Amino acid sequence: MEFIEFLILFPFLIAGVLAVTQNNTARKTIVYLSGGIIIAAAIALAVSQLVLGSGNAKTWRGEESLIHIVDYAMLAVEAFLMVLVVILSIKHRKYYAGLLSVIGTVLVGWFELSGRAVKGTANLYCDRLTVVMCLVIAVIGSLICMYAVGYMHDYHHHHTEYKDRRTFFFPMLFVFLGAMFGLVTSSNLIWIYFFWEITSISSFLLIGYTRTKEAVNNSFRALWMNLLGGLGFAAAIVLAGMRLNVGTLQELVSYSDKALILVPVILLAFAAITKSAQMPFSRWLLGAMVAPTPTSALLHSATMVKAGVYLLLRLAPVMGGELSGTMVSVIGGFTFLIASMLAITVSDGKKVLAYSTISNLGLITACAGVGSPDTVWAGVLLLMFHAVSKSMLFQAVGSFENATGSRNIEDMHGLMRSYPRLAIIMVIGIAGMFLAPFGMLISKWAALKAFVDAKNIFLVVSIVFGSATTMLYWTKWLAKILICKADTHKVTHKTPGSEWTSLFTHAALMIVLCVSLPISSKRLIEPLLSQLYSKTVSVLSVEDLIIMVIMMFMIFVVPAVAGLFVHKIKVKPVITYMSGINNGDDRRFIGSFGERKLQYLSNWYMVDYFGEKRIWKPAVYVATALIVIFISLAISTLTGGVI
Amino acid sequence: MSTIIGIIAFIVFAPFAGGLLSGIDRKLTARMQGRIGPPILQPFYDVKKLLNKEILLINNMQILFMWCFLVFIVFTGALFCGGSNILLVFFVLTTAAMFLVLEASLTNSAYATMGANREMIQMLSYEPMVLLTAVGFYVATAFSTGTGTFNLHEIVDNSPIPNIVYLPGVFIGFLYILTIKLRKSPFDISMSHHAHQEMVKGVTTELSGGLMALMEISHWYENVFLLLVVSLFIICDAWWSIPLAVVVVAAAFFLEILIDNTSARVKWDVMLKSAWAVTLVFGCINVFILQLI
Repeated sequence: MEFIEFLILFPFLIAGVLAVTQNNTARKTIVYLSGGIIIAAAIALAVSQLVLGSGNAKTWRGEESLIHIVDYAMLAVEAFLMVLVVILSIKHRKYYAGLLSVIGTVLVGWFELSGRAVKGTANLYCDRLTVVMCLVIAVIGSLICMYAVGYMHDYHHHHTEYKDRRTFFFPMLFVFLGAMFGLVTSSNLIWIYFFWEITSISSFLLIGYTRTKEAVNNSFRALWMNLLGGLGFAAAIVLAGMRLNVGTLQELVSYSDKALILVPVILLAFAAITKSAQMPFSRWLLGAMVAPTPTSALLHSATMVKAGVYLLLRLAPVMGGELSGTMVSVIGGFTFLIASMLAITVSDGKKVLAYSTISNLGLITACAGVGSPDTVWAGVLLLMFHAVSKSMLFQAVGSFENATGSRNIEDMHGLMRSYPRLAIIMVIGIAGMFLAPFGMLISKWAALKAFVDAKNIFLVVSIVFGSATTMLYWTKWLAKILICKADTHKVTHKTPGSEWTSLFTHAALMIVLCVSLPISSKRLIEPLLSQLYSKTVSVLSVEDLIIMVIMMFMIFVVPAVAGLFVHKIKVKPVITYMSGINNGDDRRFIGSFGERKLQYLSNWYMVDYFGEKRIWKPAVYVATALIVIFISLAISTLTGGVI
Repeated sequence: MSTIIGIIAFIVFAPFAGGLLSGIDRKLTARMQGRIGPPILQPFYDVKKLLNKEILLINNMQILFMWCFLVFIVFTGALFCGGSNILLVFFVLTTAAMFLVLEASLTNSAYATMGANREMIQMLSYEPMVLLTAVGFYVATAFSTGTGTFNLHEIVDNSPIPNIVYLPGVFIGFLYILTIKLRKSPFDISMSHHAHQEMVKGVTTELSGGLMALMEISHWYENVFLLLVVSLFIICDAWWSIPLAVVVVAAAFFLEILIDNTSARVKWDVMLKSAWAVTLVFGCINVFILQLI
């Protein structure tokens, strides 16, 4: 348990130190060192739990007097945050955000101070899922912080119009990490809520970093959506405490009567849906990309949205087959499909990534909603793959933007020649995201099987169509990078070493994740599921996993072998066919009036079919209606004489 | 043992079968158009000649991706004949198709890129139905035996009667997208057989010599694999299903050639909309009903 306490407290401590560090070199050293220490601590936790320990779940209650102080400290921090939000919302005339914050905080504060709060059996909890989450947060989160050192230096070099607030930015990153560790290691619902709200507010502050009008608007959108979810969380805590006398997440999931826990579970699921930016709450995550890239990378990969799906995965065993599970899986499947369609229509690299995050989280959400061991297995794997590859891709796009001033995918035309190192990073990231047999394939496979078993035709339709649209937006991006055109100019900008450190580590991690898949599935994920479901679980057969490894091998080996023989094949280099009107190379041609023209090849975006204008609003209406209907149905069971 | 025989049989015999099918196709097409047509073995002569020709190359990577395309297509068929998991088979097929798109794109050629873009639209059109076909078999086996399976051996061995009985809608849907996969008119939008058309030769514009031969051979492998998928709708645990499957596959193949010769190429949006509509109407409703019963 000492590692867990360390993981929660240490980032907050570093945040404090960074807040007073003005010197760039000193900041760099601190970030690197503390990042390394956090990673080491997470690995130590994993080793002590899984290798030295039996891997069994551990709970920790703590001394009563100490817990008392902690509880009050948390209340004080929450009150402080509430005041902060209220002041900011009055300043920017977004009163609704302040109102939501007040309601949530007062509700939980009253619940605790009036002595109604339930003293659960445990405050902290650590099982295999906790360890996996800690590893993801520690490794990816720390790498993003390291990346940020070089990135923010470049960023303020290019964007002199924004005030340099790095003494604010870096502490917030570490606060975020600390809150995430707290969130995944807490068992006490009030503690989880506390960390939940911290992530909401720190993401709000990070999104508004540049203080432009757009940034402020977007940050408030993120804030109110997440506070609304937080309100659901608060209501769930009060209900669980007062009606069921349950105070911890673990007690809630192991509660004997599933009908009674329906309302708290559906409210928690609602909170998770807002946090994971599922429809109809997807807008906030799209708006978040106005912030500097490390923020996006952090929100999209290791933290924030992962908090939502983490909670859903925890709830999965009690959601399967229930009303709550149906809501979650339907919203998830719907989001998966809609977001993947929208991703086709945009050319802004960060926006494609944002839509793909929403879409992938939709798949994880749907998996959690179905709630069978198979789908949760898929969900956990998807979560890991997604964290690494999305963090890597965001950073790659960020480096591209710093190097060329654009983050448009059209401008990545021929990146393989103009900036090969970055191109390779992107290719690995994209491949890790969707190319068979990596993450998406297996999870889609397991998800599809489970959805068919659950006889949920709606989800099956979402998956089959969603995987087609997913494939389209990734393939056209990949094609854009790989194009080799004549007279490409090398990118001369020097990307800082700290960015490369992070990017290459990510790439290595991605490959390790892929190659070790059969082992990690057997050794890590299946025992994890057995823990969640309290029974032995075995998902994919060994043969299927071996076939996947063979495929993965082929993807690397076939090009390598062909590469060895390429120079032996007799070829005649030519320029592309252009109906005989080429003008010197494969890019210029003679137009119909005899003038020289430059050829430009664009991707397809199909805006008329899948464009935001066309499908965004209907999708939001449908999703909102779905959520309202499901939650009303659940609440009607409260008054329907169940309790 | 049967697994290994299946894999080897596919790898060795599929190109011959595919070449022959292509020859028959050309002969039938010629007869439908009132021509005599080339000898049945003409595709083999063509490929032999291509292999001896010089390769005109824009980019070395073309060779890598072309080989990847061939290897993954062969792998798809080999997995299928080895009785692997049908969903996995289809995923590998998609990966293979993606390599072709990348090969065409990286030349930066106007016509090849246009072909690649259209090929992606084709993938978008057929992918849902392909996945739904796998789901269909799973649901059908669940319906007839109680436990659903994606495993090809089990699909064949556990079915007392041909699965087409349960999956008529899925079969129709699969035939519809088969036209796209076989690159037949009206859905031959990414590649044309005649270089005088608006997109020249689409994805294959920048392929020549040995690389074009690789393309042809991959196409043979792919066609044989696709027809084998058609036969999966028929083959079951009874001896008579095999001759029946041969008849059905022949009929399906003939139908595709007939459609090819009687229809003009449509625009991509017509293909996308109609393919998705057929998938939803025939495929999804079929699966839905089967689950309800």
